[in-house]
Amino acid sequence: MYKKYLSYPHLMWMLIFVLVPIVIIFLYSINVLSTNGTTGFSFENYKNFFDITYMKIFGYSLWIAFLSTVFCLGFGYPVAYILAKRERERLAKGKKSSTMFMLFVMPMWMNMMLRTYSWLTILESNGLLNTLLGFFGLPQVNILYTTAAVVLGMVYDFIPFMILPVYSVLVKIDPSINEAAEDLGASPIKVFFKVTIPMSLPGVVSGITMVFLPSITTFYISNIFGGGQIMLVGNLIEQQFLVANNWNFGSAIAIVMMVLMFLSMKIMNLFNKGNKQMAMF
Amino acid sequence: MKTKLKKALESVYLYLMFMFLYVPIAVLMVFSFNKAKSRGVWGGFSLKWYAEMLADSTLMSALRTTLIVGVLSAVISCIIGTAAAIGIQGFRKKKLRNLINEVTNIPMVSSELVIGVSLMLLFIALKIPRGMLTMLLAHITFNIPYVILSVTPKLMQLDNNLYEAAVDLGAKPWYAFKNVVLPEIMPGVINGLLMAFTLSIDDFVISFFTTGNGITNLSIYVYSTAKRLNPKINALSTLMFIVIMLLLIIINKRTSKDKDSNVLIS
Repeated sequence: MYKKYLSYPHLMWMLIFVLVPIVIIFLYSINVLSTNGTTGFSFENYKNFFDITYMKIFGYSLWIAFLSTVFCLGFGYPVAYILAKRERERLAKGKKSSTMFMLFVMPMWMNMMLRTYSWLTILESNGLLNTLLGFFGLPQVNILYTTAAVVLGMVYDFIPFMILPVYSVLVKIDPSINEAAEDLGASPIKVFFKVTIPMSLPGVVSGITMVFLPSITTFYISNIFGGGQIMLVGNLIEQQFLVANNWNFGSAIAIVMMVLMFLSMKIMNLFNKGNKQMAMF
Repeated sequence: MKTKLKKALESVYLYLMFMFLYVPIAVLMVFSFNKAKSRGVWGGFSLKWYAEMLADSTLMSALRTTLIVGVLSAVISCIIGTAAAIGIQGFRKKKLRNLINEVTNIPMVSSELVIGVSLMLLFIALKIPRGMLTMLLAHITFNIPYVILSVTPKLMQLDNNLYEAAVDLGAKPWYAFKNVVLPEIMPGVINGLLMAFTLSIDDFVISFFTTGNGITNLSIYVYSTAKRLNPKINALSTLMFIVIMLLLIIINKRTSKDKDSNVLIS
């Protein structure tokens, strides 16, 4: 029954709507419109990207993505750890698995635009947070339209993508391994650092990939939380296509990002042998 | 005593993180019933934003687009994806199969921005006017891999002899597929369908680049009006969140029965 031709519509679809567009975007990126109106092929657009102005934007994007990843890991790892520990305890007692974990990853599937938007109500200068602070006579905070707000938005949007893979790995660790370490005289702290953390590394690696990569190319989080004052690589690409109408340059940046992502994914996968399914989510 | 304290602290931490994730959504929901227009002041209970939402023709047409694209892209990608999942099993050469899987994964693993921009350039190159059709084509593209992902584990569990037995007993291939194979893989197919629908109605980035001519979906509507004070969005969000949560609960209930096909959290 596994007739190969059943997959042909899908393969055609991927060819037309995934592979051909990548070729097109590459062609755009090496196409340069010269002053006399003719077009030619060159790597001018790529060279332009390595200009100091754009490198600053790129560096800033990397910095913000790095911060978001660190916060997601710092706050997400404990969540995954506690949830996994409790889940194993429940299973050991023969109880049904808990729905708590489900609640922590559910936001992944909810409309990110609305989730991002929901923070405006809280963070606005006369929003809920400042109303509450004012009620208690505390000083006002205005973090909207700052780097901090953009990082907060990214952590909020992406933290489920860190909790999920870390949890998936932690929950599978055999409790007897921890017991063995303790029986051999390791303190609980030592067990955590020498056993749990090394064993959860594949999950951490895919979590980092899943948070860091989208953080670099997001543009709506920085637009909504940055109020148009924060410029990331994602915003740069979006602007080249929709505002500046320099598709060739926009394509070149998109290609650079695509190659960087592909490379970092390959590097991450080196740490992640035998954990194929996790790399996807 | 010490373990009790530790346990309590852990619970406090979990609840704080839980609040971090859900308080903004809860605030949005509560304020959708706010009589006052301000986002910080409570002016009494009212359903007026829901009424205004229904009267807003731009918003309603965005809702219509979202639902049409959601349903159509889910159904079409479900058919193509299910057929593909079966067909891919037929590729016995490991290298070729890996290559197909790699290509299938591209829309899932690469940046939405790059996919959106490259599709936009494709539609321009093909001279297809951008609008609902192009948005639909784009949504089918990113939905198919998820359908395959959710159907494949069910195919792995399937006993190949069942189909062979049906054919040996004289069933036509299509009849055997419909009556023997399909019922077995149906949970995976339905989950793929629901997931595709969820992804489609949530999408912003790819829709943003592949639409045109004033056709917007809900996410684009929210994005373009977020800067101004617009409590209609609160009403809309409340409804959207409730629908999505119900869908997710249904998917989770369906998959929690058999762990292997729980795509949502696999």
